[in-house]
Amino acid sequence: MNEPQAQTTELLTADHCKTSGGHLACQGCGGALSLRMALQVFGKECVFVIPACCMAVIDGPFPVSSLGVPLMHIAFGATAPTASGIRAGFAAQGKDEILVVGWAGDGATFDIGLGAVSAAADRNDDILYVCYDNEAYMNTGVQQSGATPRAAWTSTSPRQAPKYAAKKDIISIMAAHRIPYIASVSPSHPDDFVRKFQLAKKIKGFRFIHIFSPCPPGQRFEERNTIKIARKAVESRVFPLLEIYNGKKLTLQDIPDPQGLEEYIKLQRRFDHFSTEDRKQFESDINTHWHELHDWAIQSGGLTGENGKRNS
Amino acid sequence: MKESNGEVKFLPGNIVVAEAAVAAGCNFFGGYPITPSSEIAAHMAALLPRRGGHFIQMEDEIAAMGSVIGASLAGAKALTATSGPGFSLKLENLGFGYMVEAPCVIVNVMRGGPSTGLPTHPAQADVMQARWGTHGDHPTIAITPAFHQETYMETIRAFNLSEQLRMPVILLLDEVLGHLSEGVRPPKPGTFEIINRKMTDQPPDKYLPYDTSFGDVPPFVPYFEPGYHWHTTGLNHDETGFPTTNPELVTRDEERLMRKVTGNRDLIDKVEYYMADDADVGIFSFGSTARAAMVAVKHAREQGIKAGLFRPVTLWPFPNKQLKDFAEQLKGIVVAEFNLGQMVYEVERTVQSTIPVIRRTKVGGVPITPAEILESVKEIS
Repeated sequence: MNEPQAQTTELLTADHCKTSGGHLACQGCGGALSLRMALQVFGKECVFVIPACCMAVIDGPFPVSSLGVPLMHIAFGATAPTASGIRAGFAAQGKDEILVVGWAGDGATFDIGLGAVSAAADRNDDILYVCYDNEAYMNTGVQQSGATPRAAWTSTSPRQAPKYAAKKDIISIMAAHRIPYIASVSPSHPDDFVRKFQLAKKIKGFRFIHIFSPCPPGQRFEERNTIKIARKAVESRVFPLLEIYNGKKLTLQDIPDPQGLEEYIKLQRRFDHFSTEDRKQFESDINTHWHELHDWAIQSGGLTGENGKRNS
Repeated sequence: MKESNGEVKFLPGNIVVAEAAVAAGCNFFGGYPITPSSEIAAHMAALLPRRGGHFIQMEDEIAAMGSVIGASLAGAKALTATSGPGFSLKLENLGFGYMVEAPCVIVNVMRGGPSTGLPTHPAQADVMQARWGTHGDHPTIAITPAFHQETYMETIRAFNLSEQLRMPVILLLDEVLGHLSEGVRPPKPGTFEIINRKMTDQPPDKYLPYDTSFGDVPPFVPYFEPGYHWHTTGLNHDETGFPTTNPELVTRDEERLMRKVTGNRDLIDKVEYYMADDADVGIFSFGSTARAAMVAVKHAREQGIKAGLFRPVTLWPFPNKQLKDFAEQLKGIVVAEFNLGQMVYEVERTVQSTIPVIRRTKVGGVPITPAEILESVKEIS
């Protein structure tokens, strides 16, 4: 495991735009950690749109608001259109420099808001849309979403009636819209995280960033293991780190020798009931997705190492 | 309780709804997570597959309502559960359900609103939305139980009414009832009535999906039953099911839809009274607030005030006749509801200006207390 580069550490610990203490996230929340890192990149010149999700609560009670930027908490499926409206409202007044961020969970992105995300992407509205993905509806008590892995436990996909579909491939769905920029990031890889957010901030048009966001109560693991699980997800190919330009050119952080899938599964009690068959199917889903992305990368943007440098 | 009842179970109201729905023959649930109703979905996800039923967690509230109507038209007994924001999203499809006459049950576990409001706190502020939320003229049946045993039996009755009258039926709970645990003794199977939709006895070439020659409720044929041709549309349609703009046919059909409720009040209406026989001060209250109202009645009686409770179990259609009769013995009536005043308009419309109507309303997520209701009772006595 590499230490973060000095400039990443400096940015993430800088005082100029730190989120305040007093937020209401659970201990070990991958979403809150990611939000803090992203805000360090965004600075104060941004507006947040957040739908019904954990983050709408996490922002904290007045006067201990943890974001320190204007925030609109809107209806569940309305992140993208509301952000589009804000952008249009700013444009009508010549305020083009303000960053408009949609920050939504996997339920709001993969399910109820998907049509709206698609429409905003189709219009190429100048929005940075961020999906923090904890693979279920955690805020309402852990119900399955389109992002839930096949057969993982949730309260509405119990052991006796498991989810029968693999995790929805949101990256390919977004790529099909030919938007300028797509990236996936993990809080376990801060250099990569910061670099991609910095890039996304500069690009105009619809940008989509997918964050892997471990959730201790929902995925049922010990709070101290958040970063460990996020790192295992990357190193085992569960969550590939990538960038896609204009829906075509894909660069993939290569994982030539995947490690830690067993531990990734074992650390999370949502996988406790896995049979040998479930385990095989889970690995098969991951490999299928990985090889599709790998082939795509070879044909377009190529492979990189953890530091973002090109391998081939 | 009756001997026909089984073992006592100690359950939250949301679980009671799920258990009762399955007992009533529900074999499909299409839902979406929303506080404070999500436990109904989770319990159905575990229950239905074991009983040969089918559970789908849909991608949103609109889809959940769509799946329920689809399952219903395919012949299943279908349930969905939600709360205020989700109920708002379901309303267009709910109107479709009234129009195509799809039997189904929709549970709204009410929370504070409007908008996201108070997701984890109770309210009774969707009662007018239940009546008038979807656009256009339409019939409505909405049921507001106050106790878990009643919730169990009223869930079964909601399914029975929906099947018998071929229409969606709304069950209105609130966060208090949904999450409060109390004892319930589910009746043993076979000891309560289960009504299934009337099926056609016409051969395919004689079948008309909205044939009114048998009465106001057309006999049913499940979608895709071999040989039968059924065209279903949210457009105004005639007895063939195909669209029409003929004013006479449209009027006739819309009036028939309304008559399914107005012509069956004996089946639908249900009012419970508490210490009402000699009461001269009335309290109108329903759902969880009625529990506080009962305590207020007792306290009033202890202080020599002859209070009595009028508690509609069927809230819609509104029990105008029963309330008018009750009002004749009263000096005044308190309307205790957990909103800023909704059903009070119906009460005022019913009693006209014959007696004073005192509003005891509240929002903020903390239920109305017996003491607050008693305070209003004293304004009359």
